[in-house]
Amino acid sequence: MKPPPFEYVVPDTLEEALEILAERRSEAKPLAGGQSLVPTMNFRLSEPGLLVDLRRIENLAGIRGTEDGGLEIGAMTLQADAERSPLVAERTPLLAEALPWVAHAQIRNRGTVGGSLAHADPAAELPAVALALGARVETCRAGGRSRWIDAETLWPGMFATAIEPEELLTRIRFPPAAPGSGFAFRELARRSGDFALVGVAAVVRLDEDGRCGMARITLLSVADRPLVANEGAKVLIGRIPTPAVIVEAARAVAARDVDPPSDIHASAAYRRHLCQTLTRRALTAAFDRGGDRPGHAGPRWRAGGW
Amino acid sequence: MSQRFPVRVTVNGALHEREVEPRLLLSDFLRHDLELAGTHVGCEHGVCGACTVLLDGRAVRSCLVFAVQADGAEVTTVEALAGPDDELHPLQAAFHEAHGLQCGFCTPGFLMTLIPFLAENPDPDEDTIRRAISGNLCRCTGYHNIVKAVRAAADRMGAAAHEPAEEDVRVGG
Repeated sequence: MKPPPFEYVVPDTLEEALEILAERRSEAKPLAGGQSLVPTMNFRLSEPGLLVDLRRIENLAGIRGTEDGGLEIGAMTLQADAERSPLVAERTPLLAEALPWVAHAQIRNRGTVGGSLAHADPAAELPAVALALGARVETCRAGGRSRWIDAETLWPGMFATAIEPEELLTRIRFPPAAPGSGFAFRELARRSGDFALVGVAAVVRLDEDGRCGMARITLLSVADRPLVANEGAKVLIGRIPTPAVIVEAARAVAARDVDPPSDIHASAAYRRHLCQTLTRRALTAAFDRGGDRPGHAGPRWRAGGW
Repeated sequence: MSQRFPVRVTVNGALHEREVEPRLLLSDFLRHDLELAGTHVGCEHGVCGACTVLLDGRAVRSCLVFAVQADGAEVTTVEALAGPDDELHPLQAAFHEAHGLQCGFCTPGFLMTLIPFLAENPDPDEDTIRRAISGNLCRCTGYHNIVKAVRAAADRMGAAAHEPAEEDVRVGG
């Protein structure tokens, strides 16, 4: 189908864009890569009165390391560029591992990192990754005012964000990885590029004595927003992550953290089963890659084997 | 009618200037305004890949881009692949020879997906090829022969690249 008529502006500066958003508020919709927005408009599921195209605004795209060893990604950075970035692979390997799961290559050539976070699809990979890594996003509004929002509070519900209509998401910051950290992303979709039935992101840290010092597990496609699996993580803390302990944690995720929906794509029981299996696999890989103890082969995620 | 917006876009090397409604999709702009009907429209929501074109060298769904967003950009469509005497591009020739198409509806999308892919991956294995075409649907389900065609094209284009006299790469990634 064809999209409904709308008004279109393509501001040259961020301030100009923010003034338009302030003036037109809820009828205005920022247009980044449009890879989620345009299909919903083609289906007439979305009929914004005004599209504010962000493509001409300078400095909204770009990837740079922060001084603390973390990473900053401009909101308009293409997913394809982030996917190919050595800096992303080095500083946020979890993001690098998840990006190829985002839709198809042709979509990632237009889709942006910030756009995915602002779209807040509960089945999207990038929100779950941002949540697992403890990312923050900067939003700006007219008058040079800006604020930072933690990923933890960014998504209050289905397709909803804490970003006000007159605000624009401008950049994303990922904190540095703690020494001894390991990461992994796993998901299952019916067909390559489809939305995941379930996806799991895991970040763990192994202490020098080989015990799990930190664990953060997030899931996508199991709730109205990306979900933090606290019960599963609790099982791991202070313990040596043997296969049995990892299974125990994965079972806790499936039994206590999630209450997945049934729909035409998968039953709740099958999704629950996937939560356990994918969590086990993600944790196994993450622990395998973690740990900086002497004699350890080093951060094995660099080798890319999984 | 509603607001119209000026668009200057270079398509297959030729500059076009038009005034279009903002809601006009790039796919429809190419097909109806520029009468370049080689770009096919399948699902119109980004799933099938039939409408894939190059936008500033990258493969994108033209049904998920408004024509106004392509203002100032370079677009390459399947019409740019064949040579001046309708001589097939090596990739097209490989599809022809390997029977990489049946009804042909999906073919322009596959070709435009594969042009930048082969530029970036001149010697891909089967697994990589299958991943590269995972965003393109062939409802005749002729995937085996498409994969064979891509491999044959890689051989052909790789060989061509090693012949110093050969002047190729009309369509760059």
